[in-house]
Amino acid sequence: MAETRTPARPVPPDARREPPAAPARRRRARATAGTARLAALLVSPTLLVLAVVVLYPTVVALQQSLYGARRLDPRTGFVEETEPFVGLQNFAAIFGEAGSRFWNAFWNTTFFTVTTVLLETLIGVAMALIMHRAFRGRALVRASILIPWAIPTAVTGLLWRWIFNSDGIANTLLGHQVLWTTEGFHAKAAVIIADVWKTAPFVGLLVLAGLQVIPNEVYEAARIDGAGILRRFRHITLPLVKPALLVAVLFRTLDALRMFDLPYILIGAQKTSVETLSMLAQDQAANVRFGPASAYAVILFVYVFLIALAFVRLLGADVVGDDGKVKRRRRLLPRRPQGVAA
Amino acid sequence: MKTRTTRAVRSACAGLVGLTTVAACGTSGGAPPAGQAGTFEGRGPITYVAGKDTTGTVQAVLDRWNKAHPDEKVTFVQLPTDPDAQRQQMIQNAEIKSDAFTVLSLDAVWTSEFAAHRWIDRLPADRFPLDEMLDPILGTATYRGGLYAVPASSDGGMLYYRTDLLRRAGIEKPPVTWAEMKADCAKVKKLPEARGMSCYAGQFQKYEGLTVNFAEAVNSAGGTVTDARGRPHLDTPQARAGLDFLVDAVRDGTAPKESLTYQEEDARQAFQAGKIIFERQWPYMYPLVAKEDGSSEVAGKFGVAPLPGLNGPGASSLGGHNLALTASAKNKATALDFMEFFTNEENQRFSLKYAPAAPTYKSLYQDPALVKRYPYLPTLERSILHAVPRPRVFQYGDVTAAVQREAYAALTGEKSSAQALKDLQRALRQPTAE
Repeated sequence: MAETRTPARPVPPDARREPPAAPARRRRARATAGTARLAALLVSPTLLVLAVVVLYPTVVALQQSLYGARRLDPRTGFVEETEPFVGLQNFAAIFGEAGSRFWNAFWNTTFFTVTTVLLETLIGVAMALIMHRAFRGRALVRASILIPWAIPTAVTGLLWRWIFNSDGIANTLLGHQVLWTTEGFHAKAAVIIADVWKTAPFVGLLVLAGLQVIPNEVYEAARIDGAGILRRFRHITLPLVKPALLVAVLFRTLDALRMFDLPYILIGAQKTSVETLSMLAQDQAANVRFGPASAYAVILFVYVFLIALAFVRLLGADVVGDDGKVKRRRRLLPRRPQGVAA
Repeated sequence: MKTRTTRAVRSACAGLVGLTTVAACGTSGGAPPAGQAGTFEGRGPITYVAGKDTTGTVQAVLDRWNKAHPDEKVTFVQLPTDPDAQRQQMIQNAEIKSDAFTVLSLDAVWTSEFAAHRWIDRLPADRFPLDEMLDPILGTATYRGGLYAVPASSDGGMLYYRTDLLRRAGIEKPPVTWAEMKADCAKVKKLPEARGMSCYAGQFQKYEGLTVNFAEAVNSAGGTVTDARGRPHLDTPQARAGLDFLVDAVRDGTAPKESLTYQEEDARQAFQAGKIIFERQWPYMYPLVAKEDGSSEVAGKFGVAPLPGLNGPGASSLGGHNLALTASAKNKATALDFMEFFTNEENQRFSLKYAPAAPTYKSLYQDPALVKRYPYLPTLERSILHAVPRPRVFQYGDVTAAVQREAYAALTGEKSSAQALKDLQRALRQPTAE
């Protein structure tokens, strides 16, 4: 392809000289074009994979969300072969009478996200501070703190279902019988406890990584200046660990928004008090209503996308890992430099 | 030998006539039922798809078939234990019209849904000895008058009770009505041995088991959840009496509070640990509770009876599994032969030898050798004969979700039972009316 566009190989020496400025520019253009082409070539497998695993399902889900559930033909007793096109009706339905289940799932999802991420951040930071300290048996503590994170969520669900059983450990410790796996706020609490137990170590791990790059001299200088432990934490640790912490919080938020297996296994599939958007979409799909299921999935997708965007834009979470500060400034203040120039 | 020759005849027929059904050619003869569109052609390897086999008997039966039919081997595709996961995988396979799954082991309540979506083929009824099976079971295999599945196993709820405690309290016979059961409990609870025990438990967690228990309560009070045409009838005094029995039991302590979290296994463990006097359970529990290895505290101290009802014996919900043929499958002639083989009396007897089950043939319930081995069989037969299938509707998933939602709201005291039934009646009218 590239060869056909470039002139034929035996180029007469005078022909090259003919337009004086052009060849230089063209050669430079060709050089960058070559780099660009090589870059495109190298990136294209990734793009192809992304298109197949990200773009295609998204587009199909969008398309599917415009179709309704198949209807039963009362004469034959058979369900129709094709799904009726209903346009945006599946999305509009969430504002109607039938939308109560959707909004319940939506608020549950949001509630779980806010509470679990908040608790996990607090506990995770505490864990990181403990793990960062030099003491005997540190490796053991680090390893044991990370165990919950290493256990698959489904197993976590089963484990905590044992603990929250009517005569399980939780009730024995409380000395009072709480039926955790029935409907109600205690079911929500059970999910939050299990999720925090499982994922606080993840936050801890990321924050620990952030802590370890803070040079010790900074603390020493602060100590000499008479800064107490709280001041050192507020003015040194927190700002310096912030990039790592933000990434951890972002990851956890996105993860919590698509929470599915923990409430599904721990509390149950049909429980209103813990049904999340993912569970709702799954339930619709399981009852062969792929249209509404896709619509809910698309809404969840948009919700997740908006929150991720908010994180990157407003809080400047450095997800990609390159120089975040420059980017952030540029993004946060996009117009001011232009205004100055004009 | 016989099977081999019939097979030869059948395949010759199929090869010659082409479009005619194998059944029409085969030794069992007879024309396919009216409206029968499917032809059952093709021989070769097939798959049998069912949930995890905990007893190990399924593979033994398949081995017997595979030995006799080396060219038409059956592979066992084991799905997860969770019925919802099984149903989902089967639906996915059907939706993409894959031929990976041939013969499906459907839960008895899924037949209508699978038939209405044309995921499974209508079957020639004359290929199977249906008249030798218990009548209520056959109802779970049909949809709109056509046979879409072959009953492979059944299941019915029974009342497990503590014979030792009843005897000590001077009670001769297990209770027949709910009132009798409560009166018996009052007597038993006066005994010092019964301290801290609860009277009755079922499976009241918000899951499929609650639908079973709710339907049993309504049917046992003389009501119906949905009729043969799928219309709900929950605005009746009988339905109210049924739900009230469960709600009152939880409220007045007849059932322990934690029974709101009970699934089958939780209830079994509670009974096995001697915490409960009467319990509604499936037959699978019988040999486990009867185990004399120390795992059960009530071995030799319990018996089974038909479920009690409001004014007389109650009605169980019908469980069990049926074999169905995936519409998009290959080698359907083999599949049909295999379904015939798998569900025949000989194989059910064979399986019973190794693991407790609820067979579909009348004769097996009266077999003295089997009754000696499984004393629950006569009670179970009575239970099944009086059993009522769960709602037979094409959107069973929605119906059971609605039942669970409303019944649980009543049980946990979130709604009055009158309000719950009113809401349920309205919720069910929608998906079943179409």
